[in-house]
Amino acid sequence: MITSTKDLSKISKKIRKHILKMIYASQSSHIGAALSIVDILVVLYFHTMNVDSKNYADVLRDKFVLSKAHASSALYATLVEKEIIPLDYLEKYCVDDGVLPGHLDSTFVPGIEFSAGSLGHGLPVAVGMAIANLQLPNSGKIFSIIGDGECNEGSIWEAIMLASHLKLSNLTAIVDYNKFQSFGMTNDVINQEPIVDRWKSFGWDIFEVDGHNFSELIDSFNQPQSKPKVIIAHTVKGKGVSFMENKFEWHYKSPNQEQYDLAIREIDDQN
Amino acid sequence: MRTTFIETLIDLAEKDERIFLLTPDMGYSVLEPFREKFPSRFLNTGIAEQNTIGVAAGLAKSGKIVYVYSIIPFVTMRCFEQVRLDLAYNNTQVRLVGIGAGMTYGTLGPTHHAYEDIAIMRAIPNMKVICPGDPIETKELICQTYDLDGPIYIRLGKNGEPNIHKNPSIIEFGKAAELIKGDDLILITTSNMLETGNIWVEEWKKEGVSVTLVSMHTIKPLDQKFIEKLIDRKLPIITLEEHNLIGGLGSAVAEIIAESGFTIPFRRIGINDKFSHYVGNHNFQRKKFNLNEKPNLDTLFKKSI
Repeated sequence: MITSTKDLSKISKKIRKHILKMIYASQSSHIGAALSIVDILVVLYFHTMNVDSKNYADVLRDKFVLSKAHASSALYATLVEKEIIPLDYLEKYCVDDGVLPGHLDSTFVPGIEFSAGSLGHGLPVAVGMAIANLQLPNSGKIFSIIGDGECNEGSIWEAIMLASHLKLSNLTAIVDYNKFQSFGMTNDVINQEPIVDRWKSFGWDIFEVDGHNFSELIDSFNQPQSKPKVIIAHTVKGKGVSFMENKFEWHYKSPNQEQYDLAIREIDDQN
Repeated sequence: MRTTFIETLIDLAEKDERIFLLTPDMGYSVLEPFREKFPSRFLNTGIAEQNTIGVAAGLAKSGKIVYVYSIIPFVTMRCFEQVRLDLAYNNTQVRLVGIGAGMTYGTLGPTHHAYEDIAIMRAIPNMKVICPGDPIETKELICQTYDLDGPIYIRLGKNGEPNIHKNPSIIEFGKAAELIKGDDLILITTSNMLETGNIWVEEWKKEGVSVTLVSMHTIKPLDQKFIEKLIDRKLPIITLEEHNLIGGLGSAVAEIIAESGFTIPFRRIGINDKFSHYVGNHNFQRKKFNLNEKPNLDTLFKKSI
């Protein structure tokens, strides 16, 4: 378990650079969505969750389901830093004869708990895993990151209802509230506010944090729970690369050589 | 068939504690015995089918063998993408148990009818499709398949279907069951049309027409070898299903005939790509779609030959 925010920050920078390289090399999409969840993943995988290169297939491990699976590059890079998948896999992201597809395929990639990509699927699956684990002594916890745009999906709210009804105290959802979705600002497309009151009224424990602040994330994950917990993580789409931050086009665009070099320099220069 | 299903599942659940049963709020007067015996392995997930399928996948990924029970449209079409991705793409051990094949829920109308389910389920990679024709097939096939890898779709009627099989040992998952052997014609039925097919074969017999009766209870994987052997017999073949003519048993058999290199007289009997706007019970609906009375063979085959 890593608790030093300085050390966590170092890992975040490595992961951001992996993501940039993968998306630059493959000229693929969704860099903004990947960069916005990096710090959450770092806290989950390097602080909160009991999962590592030795136990990632054990029954009692903690499990993570990436519901907004278009941010797959962030998870792949995290699994590399956890030494669950080898570094050279990252060169096989979104390329012909590759290994890592744009959306998650768990079939041949260790550490991926569930194949996903269409929105609104991951949280229901996480609920199923949580139900199973509640019946198992000493079982692990279940975590799932969902997008703010993904909360447009009805199946998310079906899962929210059931999880609270069953008081799934081993389940934590994290909303990556970066305020952007595919074709507009999240709250312009379908207003999610008051997002905290909504989840609260459905019976969940709520924590509202800065999704790039390690201490706040750690504190919220550490809070004991008697029912399902949601962390509303205010994030910045494209976080870490100034010209990508809060820019709609970086949902789809991939950097050219010049932009890639600039982005890497920016990350290297950050404290 | 649904009573047979739940009795069979209870027997299996006593032997195998991985078995779990979910329902999106269906199964009144059917599932209670399972709930009473195994309360921690039963969950009513509410009227939320998409989530139900996702939850089933999560349970299966955690080592359970999960049965999901509802009326056919609500375990296949309402949650189709969850079925395709969470069950089939992820290859999870979930069994969709659909009640109400064809127009079983006659008066409830097309919202509760199911004549597209075989077509869409058999088009999904990894999915296996079982359509029992009587309670004996229901029990046999559920027992034979319960711990197979990956997802299964089980299409059932409702209740009161008679037993047609006399010898359960001929029922094998993935293999056609030849119940009666005849020399003039071959009738292949699936799902809840086995009873009707059996009646027709008896009637033809009285008229001096000797008909082979086959129950194609497994639509996927389809018993291609057996169908090729039937083609070798050089007899006319009829398929009979309470399903749209597009994509069901008839289509599946036609694909094999078309690629066999042989030309044989072939006719599909089913629902002619129309929703029912008739008000009436199951039997009435079948009459309206010409599924009750056996066809006149001269008329049926004259059209093509």
